[in-house]
Amino acid sequence: MTLLAIISILFAGGVLAWLSERFLNRGSRRIALFSLLLATALLGRYWAYFAGDAASAGASPWWDSLNLAWIPRFGISFHLAVDGLGFLMLALTLLMGLFGLVVTWRDIGFRRGFFYFNYLWTLAGVVGVFTAMDLFLFFFFWEVMLIPMLFLIAVWGYEQRIYAAIKFFLFTQASSLLMLIAIVALVYLHYSNSGQLTFDYQSLLAAQLPPDTAYWLMLGFFVAFAVKLPALPLHTWLPDAHTQAPTAGSILLAAILLKTGAYGLLRFNLPLFPEASVAFAPVAMAIGAVSVVYGAVLAFAQRDMKRLVAYSSVSHMGFVLLGLYALNTIAIQGAVMQMIAHGLSTAALFALVGALQHRLHTRDMAHLGGLWAVLPKLSAIALFFAVASLGLPGLGNFIAEFLVLLGSFGSDPWLTALAAAGLVGAALYALLMMQRVFFGPLADKTGRIAGVADLHPRETAALLSLAVALVFLGLRPQPVFDIAEPSVAGATAKLTAAGLEGKSQALEQGLQTAAHPGWPESDRAGGETP
Amino acid sequence: MQEPVTSALAWIPLLPLLGFLVLVTAPLFSRRELPERLIAAIGAGSVGLAALLTAVVAFSVFRADASAVLQASMWQWLSVGTLQLGMDFRVDWLTLVMLLVITGVGFLIHLYSAGYMRGEADYRRYFAYLNLFVCAMLLLVLADNLVLLYLGWEGVGLCSYLLIGYWYRDPANGAAARKAFIVTRVGDTAMAIGLFLLFREFATLNIRELLAATSGATLNDPTITLAALLLLGGAVGKSAQLPLQTWLPDAMAGPTPVSALIHAATMVTAGVYLIARMHPLFALSETAMSAVAVVGALTLLLAGCSALVQSDIKRVLAYSTISQIGYMFLALGVGAWSGAIFHLMTHAFFKALLFLAAGSVILSLHHEQNIFAMGGLRRKIPFTFICFAIGCACLAALPLTSGFYSKDQILLSAWSYYHGFSGIWLAGILGALITGVYSFRLLFLVFFGSEGSASAHCEDANNRAMTVPLAVLAALALLGGLLAPPLQAVFGPEQAAHPATWVEAIAVAMPIAGLAIAWWQFRRRRPVERASALQRFLFGGWGFDWLYDRLLVRPFVLLARINRNDLVDVFYKGTAALSRLLSLLLSSSQNGQVRWYMTTLVAGSILFLALLVAL
Repeated sequence: MTLLAIISILFAGGVLAWLSERFLNRGSRRIALFSLLLATALLGRYWAYFAGDAASAGASPWWDSLNLAWIPRFGISFHLAVDGLGFLMLALTLLMGLFGLVVTWRDIGFRRGFFYFNYLWTLAGVVGVFTAMDLFLFFFFWEVMLIPMLFLIAVWGYEQRIYAAIKFFLFTQASSLLMLIAIVALVYLHYSNSGQLTFDYQSLLAAQLPPDTAYWLMLGFFVAFAVKLPALPLHTWLPDAHTQAPTAGSILLAAILLKTGAYGLLRFNLPLFPEASVAFAPVAMAIGAVSVVYGAVLAFAQRDMKRLVAYSSVSHMGFVLLGLYALNTIAIQGAVMQMIAHGLSTAALFALVGALQHRLHTRDMAHLGGLWAVLPKLSAIALFFAVASLGLPGLGNFIAEFLVLLGSFGSDPWLTALAAAGLVGAALYALLMMQRVFFGPLADKTGRIAGVADLHPRETAALLSLAVALVFLGLRPQPVFDIAEPSVAGATAKLTAAGLEGKSQALEQGLQTAAHPGWPESDRAGGETP
Repeated sequence: MQEPVTSALAWIPLLPLLGFLVLVTAPLFSRRELPERLIAAIGAGSVGLAALLTAVVAFSVFRADASAVLQASMWQWLSVGTLQLGMDFRVDWLTLVMLLVITGVGFLIHLYSAGYMRGEADYRRYFAYLNLFVCAMLLLVLADNLVLLYLGWEGVGLCSYLLIGYWYRDPANGAAARKAFIVTRVGDTAMAIGLFLLFREFATLNIRELLAATSGATLNDPTITLAALLLLGGAVGKSAQLPLQTWLPDAMAGPTPVSALIHAATMVTAGVYLIARMHPLFALSETAMSAVAVVGALTLLLAGCSALVQSDIKRVLAYSTISQIGYMFLALGVGAWSGAIFHLMTHAFFKALLFLAAGSVILSLHHEQNIFAMGGLRRKIPFTFICFAIGCACLAALPLTSGFYSKDQILLSAWSYYHGFSGIWLAGILGALITGVYSFRLLFLVFFGSEGSASAHCEDANNRAMTVPLAVLAALALLGGLLAPPLQAVFGPEQAAHPATWVEAIAVAMPIAGLAIAWWQFRRRRPVERASALQRFLFGGWGFDWLYDRLLVRPFVLLARINRNDLVDVFYKGTAALSRLLSLLLSSSQNGQVRWYMTTLVAGSILFLALLVAL
């Protein structure tokens, strides 16, 4: 029930925020803050679950689940469940949602109620995506998070917001259409094989597919997730959307929405189509490695500070793709860590760019420079996150990138070496950004430098908490790995089985996926059915 | 006895870290800037305490037992799949030497900085960075696994970047700082790939387990050779050796005490430490060993020649640092492990001394660094002159100075490793001559002869905080030769080299010959700034910067610039433009004219009928 409560609170909070602004002309921010805090507190209950009896629960990877019949005729159910991976993603979603809210507390000047409505509905959609265990429901939430995000960009964005919003919409929509087709085809094939019409994730895991078909279906899912990730060459919506979105929207996009793509790959692509994934892995790894380098080179060339950060996301998420398709525990754990660490560091960078834009009304690095002299706090914090972004050891991003590279080296040394070159690229763009914005002689082309105020304590506190979290992830990352371990082990076990069979036998025989211990049949027993 | 000592180990890097944290977070708690005295006390005090702790550890455990090993485990860092990493420290004599140098020389330089940086606007930031550097450097040498070592390794790189760019208002400093970070990161990336390779082959990154696992490998195993060469890549980056040496001369943009601590005494020797730490791995590969020796030999000659013609006092010292580290690499490459570490130690003493003395000169001359503007300073700043002279004598390795003992050992080892004459040995001998020439050229130009243009307004800027470290370092530089650390337990027994007497005689004679040449040149004519093509070539560091600029930097920037708007997007923009065009075409047919509609209707019908008939 907790999961449903979290989603409902976010949906209801959104509606309330809208209404209160509409009729009382105030209070939307507080309502949004309150509903997010409440949702986070509810999620906190699961932390106790993990800290308490995760070990004794042992057998089931699911911490909690809820399964209601929805459209029984088509085998569609309202099935929510959370496991370690889901929990991490939920925690990231809610905490970054809070961060985005707090750090942009005074940014929104008009139609505030509607803004927070969209903000909370996006978050609700993302929470749904991270917990839905029914493919139809998953697709439903996948679309739910898209529309409010579209509004956030199109209404509150910067100069080219309409262009960016439409581009964002078209990319996501076209690719999710492919996913829809793949979902329906998967369900149909499973139905014709087993006679059971269901969209349920658990049941579909056991689907028997002809290898060729499985490959195409896998591609359908992959494209949708690769667009979100984003992976080369489907990334071009991202710089526009991230740059044009309001700060809070950029934070949502970078910290959370991108992760739905990575999550989808790990949750759906790899376990649903293990043989096809093994076959596709070299291509995906190549895409990941090339994304790392290409994103870094593009980030290096930008003049717009926000665009630079956006392209750095392409580079960082390339590591996720590389790690996931290296298909071993170390690399996948690294990818999971990268999802979290990138969420924190990039959100903070967007918040900082937003803070600068709010003060100086420009993002053009040619008009900035020498800000350390007037904004020491902001600059020092920016330095921290720039350094985190370039993967300095001791911070979460390093652990992530190191594990990804370490794990994928065993799979493909050359691609790993290529991706490692991205480490140099990251240093190039991160330090260039520091130089052009914060170091050098003080530039005052905007004429606003004189009265500019350093970070507000509220902003400082929000940013510093992310900094502390990154240091913690860098020095004590083990809890994250422990939480994610069962989910990752589930995926890798299936892949290993597929990989071994693929190697030893012909492809046709690779069909019989060995049942593995990570995904017991008794999961639903834990759910609460009415 | 062990228990308190191991917990003391953790405090050695922790103290500077705490100093850093206090200094960095100060503005969160107080609106007013901390007073300079307090900042200096925190900055220097934390390192001083760490030095004290190190000394206690050294005396209580290591003085009696040369083969003692201390271990301290902080916490399990991460455990994923087969990868197990701990925040584990391990101290043997090799680490201890490094610890003593870092905390000892580090403390002296902190103390000197307190005087040198007095009145700087960003006093607190300076000490914060410096403390963070010491912490990272300590982690680097304490680490029991290669990833923790890598943490320190990159950490010192960051601090080096921050301190080179400390005076951030000048874009040139920022460029030098970025260059330093990026060039070393190229090496670091090679090193990281080396770690991946080692992990793939041996499934561990713990240094001891790794060395134990490799001990069974055959000589010249290609994988081990490759791994060693990749680690060497990291080492040449950090230690400014060929072909990644270009960043160090530019790194002199930082404050002079920083150059002393980071770019002479400690950080740049990290590569030497890395190879010494992994010496069993290198010893397994003849290719890697000769690569190390050749890199060292070439670097020491190239950098030495460049040092001969420099005009900036700090750049002379920078090139001499590159050259001296070249000696250390040469020593490593001929298996003289303890010789390399001994030279590392003495070099830390005398090079820190030289840089700090140079700092006094620069400060006394109101930030003049051109040696041709100096001259005759020995009467104006006698104390600095004495310190500088001692430093130069050690650098040139005049007999009985500390540099003599360590360098002599290296040259003799090079002779006996190759059983007689070899190119490596010859490079070392030539290098000794060159070192003598440029050291004394520097000394004569700055302190002897007639006064230069800047000498006139020279005021002795030494204060107590500066003279004490200078005096201590001068003593260490003179007597450091007697402090040869007992490293047999780490490196195993190395047979003492006893080549023919004439070989030793040449080694002793070279620096003196260098001194004579320098004097002769100095007396012959007052050198003016004039440059032949060869001198310009040497002055620019053999054109490496030029080459890399043309070969790497410009093509990369050009490529990035061409692709600024992302060529991939052209495809999507093209698609969008195409559909807009189609839409335009089709919508233009909806023009509201009945005549046009009739025409198209008729034309369409005819076409349709014709198609029907045809089919």
